[in-house]
Amino acid sequence: MMNEKSATETRLRALLLSGMAGDGAAYHVFLKELSAHFRAFFRRRLIRLPDDVEDLVQETLLAVHNQRHTFEPDQPLTPWVHAIARYKLVDLWRRRADREALHEPLDDQMEVFAASDAEASDARRDVMNLLERLPERQRLPIRYMKLEGLSVVETARATGMSESAVKVGVHRGLKSLAAMIGGNS
Amino acid sequence: MKTDDFVNLLANGIEPVKSGATARRHALALGWGGLGAMLLMATLLGVRADLAAAMRLPMFWVKLLFPICIALAALFAAMRLARPGVALGRAPLALLVAPVIGIWAMAAYALVSVSPEQRLTLLLGRTWTVCPLLIVMLSLPTFAGAFWAMKGLAPTRPALAGAAAGLLAGAVATAVYALHCPEMTSPFLATWYLLGMALPTAAGALLGTRLLRW
Repeated sequence: MMNEKSATETRLRALLLSGMAGDGAAYHVFLKELSAHFRAFFRRRLIRLPDDVEDLVQETLLAVHNQRHTFEPDQPLTPWVHAIARYKLVDLWRRRADREALHEPLDDQMEVFAASDAEASDARRDVMNLLERLPERQRLPIRYMKLEGLSVVETARATGMSESAVKVGVHRGLKSLAAMIGGNS
Repeated sequence: MKTDDFVNLLANGIEPVKSGATARRHALALGWGGLGAMLLMATLLGVRADLAAAMRLPMFWVKLLFPICIALAALFAAMRLARPGVALGRAPLALLVAPVIGIWAMAAYALVSVSPEQRLTLLLGRTWTVCPLLIVMLSLPTFAGAFWAMKGLAPTRPALAGAAAGLLAGAVATAVYALHCPEMTSPFLATWYLLGMALPTAAGALLGTRLLRW
């Protein structure tokens, strides 16, 4: 088990670092594998709230994405990912103010990379609806770049925005999305 | 939206991310906050007229180094608390406690060295009523800067992260205030300088839980 986990750490860390250098394909694999680990982790932690698991997986992926600049190349991945997953889990519990759920043990022995579950259930929250509520200067760059896969240059041309405004729009839009989900916008 | 589609959305069109964001943001917060405090001190309070003479006295350097040590401890703590999965460790606490114990020891020695009727004068000086409040006022620029820095990072312990940001602001403000302040006794520093730093720290802890969510 130990070896399997440290192999996961090594592989995912290399994928994240490639992703942070701009390699979209590596980053895609990283997020995909991470979502399976989050799913298994949250399923075991949210026994009484099974319908919230997939929403929390997406919310935590968004947190990893938005906060990836806090990951430094000299740092191990497991504690970083674990701290984010744990933070989002506690945040959900607090929002639910579900005292019963809080009694489920949250110990550090349960590691995020201990298990993986590729079988996604449906998310209840539709991210598309939330994206529609963003202001245009954030919504349009996200739609063209993130949903339709256009480049920065093509998105700038399609929207009439500058290239830096497109990048800022995507960045701020995903931050606003996280704030809307967390109910602290 | 299915999670696979959401992963596609996040991974599409990503830009390279530079490392060192935590250090960059804190350098900016400290630079602008320190500059703001200097400007406030110079324009509203004024540098003490006898600064050149005071600089020849060891107590002046104690007065300056005491908050600078605490600022370093706070900066160290803030930069660790800003990143998920990075343990706070004992080093920042040791760096914080050492100067406090040092100044308390100096203060205790100074107080027992004088006659009982002189002790109150040593403790209160002439400016004890304004000192903590002026430090709080000078802490505002760094307070805003340190919260901006922390808000753009990922503190998983928001109250503690807010406290570290507040302590950083209070300590920078105190070091700047020392260039104005005429008091030269260790009992005064051990009480009122410390209170001046504690107030922004408490405010930071309270605001942290509200403002530092992500």
